[in-house]
Amino acid sequence: MPTQIVTSRSEGVVIQTNKLIRNTYTLLAMTLLFSAATCALSMMVDMGRGAYLVSTLAAFGLIWFALPRTANSAAGLGVVFAITGLLGFGLGPVLSMYLSLPNGSQTVMTALGGTGVIFLGLSAYALTTRRDFNFMGGFLFVGMLVILGAALLNIFLAVPVLTLTISAAVILLMSGFILHDTSRMVNGGETNYLLATVGLYLNIFNIFVNLLQLLGIAGSDD
Amino acid sequence: MRGPQGVPLYMDWMKIASALMLGLMIALLIPRAKAMLENSPQAKPGDWTAALIPILGVIGFVLLLMSMV
Repeated sequence: MPTQIVTSRSEGVVIQTNKLIRNTYTLLAMTLLFSAATCALSMMVDMGRGAYLVSTLAAFGLIWFALPRTANSAAGLGVVFAITGLLGFGLGPVLSMYLSLPNGSQTVMTALGGTGVIFLGLSAYALTTRRDFNFMGGFLFVGMLVILGAALLNIFLAVPVLTLTISAAVILLMSGFILHDTSRMVNGGETNYLLATVGLYLNIFNIFVNLLQLLGIAGSDD
Repeated sequence: MRGPQGVPLYMDWMKIASALMLGLMIALLIPRAKAMLENSPQAKPGDWTAALIPILGVIGFVLLLMSMV
């Protein structure tokens, strides 16, 4: 009898985990499509470069202040779409700038494909090995603080080598976050699919933006 | 309007706004990072190797992409 209870309980956990993973990836796909649409809109109306800053600031305001309050309600879904829509909208001027460069479309498509391969590869690794990467949490957050500090410094110093180093470090850090966030879903550390979606979306967004920057630098003649 | 070196003045405002945004993000992340450091479980033998293998794969893949463009 106790064996049966344990079995049915663990089956329940597996069903919950599978539901969480399915909901997260479905919503992630929808938000990526939505942000692609808002990005296209921003490119069509030819938004200025300030749009990136304003949209990112508004999106982070929602992430920090609105999402935690609405994550367990239906309103949270609207907040998730607002966040991803704003980030996509802000990306429009950046993509327009890259597309205007020689070989710009090749750079953008390579960054897009590369981001997809990195995300799918790391997710598949974390999902199939089912390893617990929770131990990386402290290291990843401290790493993020160090990178943010370096980025803050580089706004005023504008050292090209530091820009390159920061972009490379962000890609590696976000790759670590993909492993960490996916393993949290698999091992029960994250049970809210809205929060899981926003986490994975931010990882993909940051990898794409920084890969675009690296490829832009690598592809330039200067 | 342009500044002393011919750089549009709004660029200075963008720099200041970017710096404020990053400063705010750092301020908001410090308590979260402290909590993560205190609450993250200790790595077991082999955990870091398991994490570093795919990360090394990402490094190789990015270098490959950079050589292609």
